[in-house]
Amino acid sequence: MTVAARAESAARDPVPLHRALGLTDDELAAIVERLGRAPKHLELAMFGVMWSEHCSYKSSKPLLRTLPTAGEAVVAGPGENAGVVSIGDGLAVAFKIESHNHPSAVEPYQGAATGVGGILRDIFTMGARPIAVLDALRFGDPADSRTRHLVDGVVRGVGGYGNCVGVPTVGGELVFDPSYAGNPLVNVMAIGLLEERALTRARAPGPGNFVVLFGSTTGRDGIGGASVLASATFGDDDPSKRPSVQVGDPFAEKLLIEASLELIAGGLVEGLSDIGAGGITCATSEAADRAGTGMRLDLGAIPRREPDMAPFEVMISESQERMLAVVRPDRLAAVAAVCDRWALPWAVIGAVTDDRDLTVVHFERELARVPARALTSDAIVHARLAKAPSRERFAPAPGEPTSATDGLPERGMDPGAVLLALLGSPNLASRAAVFEQYDSTVGVRTVVGPGHGAAVLRVTGTSKALVATTDANAVVGGLDPWLGAALSVAEASRNVSITGARPLGVTDCLNFGDPTRPEAFWQLSEAVRGIGDACRALGLPVTGGNVSLYNESPGGAILPTPEIGVVGLLDDVARLVGPAFVADGDSVVLVGEATPGLAGSEYARLGGTAAEDGPPALDLEREARLQRFVREAVERGLVASAQDVSAGGLAVAIAECSLWGGRGARLRLPISGSPAVELFGESPSRLVLTTRPRHAPALLLLARQHGLPAEELGVTGGRRIAIELVGGAATGAAEERGARVADPLDVELDALRRAWDGGLARALGWPTADGRA
Amino acid sequence: MTRIGVVVFPGSNCDRDTLHALALAGAEPVELWHEAATLDGVAAIVLPGGFAYGDYLRAGVIARFSPVMRAVAAFAADGGLVLGICNGFQVLAEAGLVPGALLRNRGLRFLGRDVRIAAERLDTPFTHLLGERRPLRMPIAHGEGCYFADPATLDELQRDGRVLFRYVRTDGAPAGETGDPDNPNGSLRAIAGVLNAAGNVAGLMPHPERAAEGVLGSDDGLGILRSLVEAARLREAAAGPAVVGAR
Repeated sequence: MTVAARAESAARDPVPLHRALGLTDDELAAIVERLGRAPKHLELAMFGVMWSEHCSYKSSKPLLRTLPTAGEAVVAGPGENAGVVSIGDGLAVAFKIESHNHPSAVEPYQGAATGVGGILRDIFTMGARPIAVLDALRFGDPADSRTRHLVDGVVRGVGGYGNCVGVPTVGGELVFDPSYAGNPLVNVMAIGLLEERALTRARAPGPGNFVVLFGSTTGRDGIGGASVLASATFGDDDPSKRPSVQVGDPFAEKLLIEASLELIAGGLVEGLSDIGAGGITCATSEAADRAGTGMRLDLGAIPRREPDMAPFEVMISESQERMLAVVRPDRLAAVAAVCDRWALPWAVIGAVTDDRDLTVVHFERELARVPARALTSDAIVHARLAKAPSRERFAPAPGEPTSATDGLPERGMDPGAVLLALLGSPNLASRAAVFEQYDSTVGVRTVVGPGHGAAVLRVTGTSKALVATTDANAVVGGLDPWLGAALSVAEASRNVSITGARPLGVTDCLNFGDPTRPEAFWQLSEAVRGIGDACRALGLPVTGGNVSLYNESPGGAILPTPEIGVVGLLDDVARLVGPAFVADGDSVVLVGEATPGLAGSEYARLGGTAAEDGPPALDLEREARLQRFVREAVERGLVASAQDVSAGGLAVAIAECSLWGGRGARLRLPISGSPAVELFGESPSRLVLTTRPRHAPALLLLARQHGLPAEELGVTGGRRIAIELVGGAATGAAEERGARVADPLDVELDALRRAWDGGLARALGWPTADGRA
Repeated sequence: MTRIGVVVFPGSNCDRDTLHALALAGAEPVELWHEAATLDGVAAIVLPGGFAYGDYLRAGVIARFSPVMRAVAAFAADGGLVLGICNGFQVLAEAGLVPGALLRNRGLRFLGRDVRIAAERLDTPFTHLLGERRPLRMPIAHGEGCYFADPATLDELQRDGRVLFRYVRTDGAPAGETGDPDNPNGSLRAIAGVLNAAGNVAGLMPHPERAAEGVLGSDDGLGILRSLVEAARLREAAAGPAVVGAR
């Protein structure tokens, strides 16, 4: 429906105000019950934004409560602006991931830019200096012109904001799948570093304290960002939603970071909140509710960008780069001095009260008076219906054999050609064309930047380093959301463990469809169960995150995508192990074994075949053992390089180690099943390690002590990757053991590099690195 | 200890990194606020990278009008050593303290990655401790780094030995101007850094302060900062014009 047509139909059939604000009749009744009267206009607008899915988590809250959140090092968990985990020496790390999917679909540059800005504010609000950003991006077919427009805008937006504000973009993901064509995903994770004693919370203690707004002025941009954009599916009138997208000003954000950290360091604020989704309404009601206080706000005191703004516009505007501080009266002058030094406008817009109400007055007239908790902790919660779709399939139980009829040839396949095609494909080719548009080294902490597995940031002044990654297995999630979510946690945690680091905690961004649709809600509840199971098995607390629902467009719902961010701690950065083959003549050791199942793999995507079998199974107990094993092996100095087997399978894992290390390998792989499964299957809990030959026996022994199968495949070196496929132990006939049972994989490193280097640029129609279009 | 000033504009984002690296290079680094009218008696000045005042219009165009830049210009006119890195180079070019201009990268995209540069001269205050001419690896991170000047100016820079750094290939040979990935932004004559006529003011686009420690992948940039610190120390000791170097 066009805007004009909608206006016309609205005139004929006026929609009640509460419905226009996104509230249902039931929700209106619940508001009346909480207030004991009918809400006034401004109050209804405030409830409209605060009871939106985005702000209230009204559908997901009951599920999120099932996640494990406790951990001995956890300083702040869910419910705060970001999770905070202690790393010793009086230091702590703050981290969180958040989505900005719908704004980015409507206006990709500003949507992505303000996504970065918003998550950075969550970090420095806690008193932490932001030190890194990771962006997990998902789009439709890269050959599609709309996808290209979105990719270009989002990448420029992430860079435009992060580069200017001076926080390095050190990692993330870029995945293409047709399900994201109408609804791309822009998930941004930020990491900050703080002294534990500087930890600041978004609270409003102390009746009589001033409420100070500082930063940018309040305008009409981003009206209804949370309610209109984030909490509804896309129709065919997307351009009409453009005014709901906020506009970012990274320069203002940079000043806000410095000013906020200066205020915190000086002990000048009692509480600090960023103003994000839900605008001033959200920041004030949450801060008051957390402290068990109230607030009285003078609408006229709020500095505005334009005249004639209606009270509701001022109260729910999501204008960017604004902060809310609670300040003792005797410290106001000092706070003002800091803001003035950074040339940031500031204003006292109200005071903390003891009545637990959020009251808004304008020229002495009371426009709203609402219990703060009614807007936040006591917001409505819906029990949604979950129903598995009829075509649903379950993953086989661990160890239970499944059919391996992958429908792909065992002979005559030329595995080398398959590997070349995989490495040049949009999802596996080098991401350099994208991440080179980001500043990944500002801050002088980046030990490992984007493109080589997990990012590594040294903690300046100590021997420690933080290791961070984001991962999501959405394709398997589409087949089995429990498995997809558990695999996502396992892979993210594994990517941290293989560096030698100890994973500290998880932040999750749950991107799902319309929760009022029982199948979509089933996907969400299964995925949350998967995250919980995996986190418990791996001993990881979930310290916070974000839920993004209604990711649907006329083309359908997205694949259920639980994006998992993990941060880990390496005690001695000098012991860091990377994925690249580091020396010629090192022994290559495969830990773990391939299990059947090609569904959801990049190999299946490339073949264009609907695989008849299911996705590979995940044994969480074995995964936990594998990660303990590799951390111990690194600790004991037995590992020269470590890579996990994930997208593209074993052959791609080995190829990446070779490309990053600039040296090939000559290997013999004992196989007991289909060569396609062995080389390109994505069954989890497998590692490709290299070790000095003299350490190989100790490494193999350690694996066995952890109950893990491990096999020496050969040595690194040379300009080719050659993998002979030989009969494995489980092959029936003894005489076949050790004999070639399928065509070998043999391909030149230079050819792999050509395929891998330019693959992404070719897919997106960008000029390649050497200037050729 | 030699005090080196690092100017902090609103929007500078490499100021802390530069302070950190200058300390590693043996200096006592000092922050200089953009509103300062005096330079606090420092022996040399570094203008760091970032996006001074947001750089929404054009890189460096507003920063050149800040109060501190009047003091920096006077300091430079008096022979004081000034190094501009990335945004600092852009500010120096906008202020006319070094020749030429920095245009948008030829590929029209921001670029952040490692490059190789080599010093054309080893007898300047910024390069005298580099020892030998060899490729130095360090990151760039900029959207407007394509060095541009008219042909006469380029010839003059060449003739007077005022091309300080060029982007080079693995073998040390200068990169080409177009279609050569070793010249990341398409700078004319692959120029990565230049000197003013007096030889006391230099600008370069790559970030030596991000390549000052092995743990970060390269310490090739430390030699540039150490050269500056040592030259500033000698100049302070002599209380005269900067005359240092091997010859």
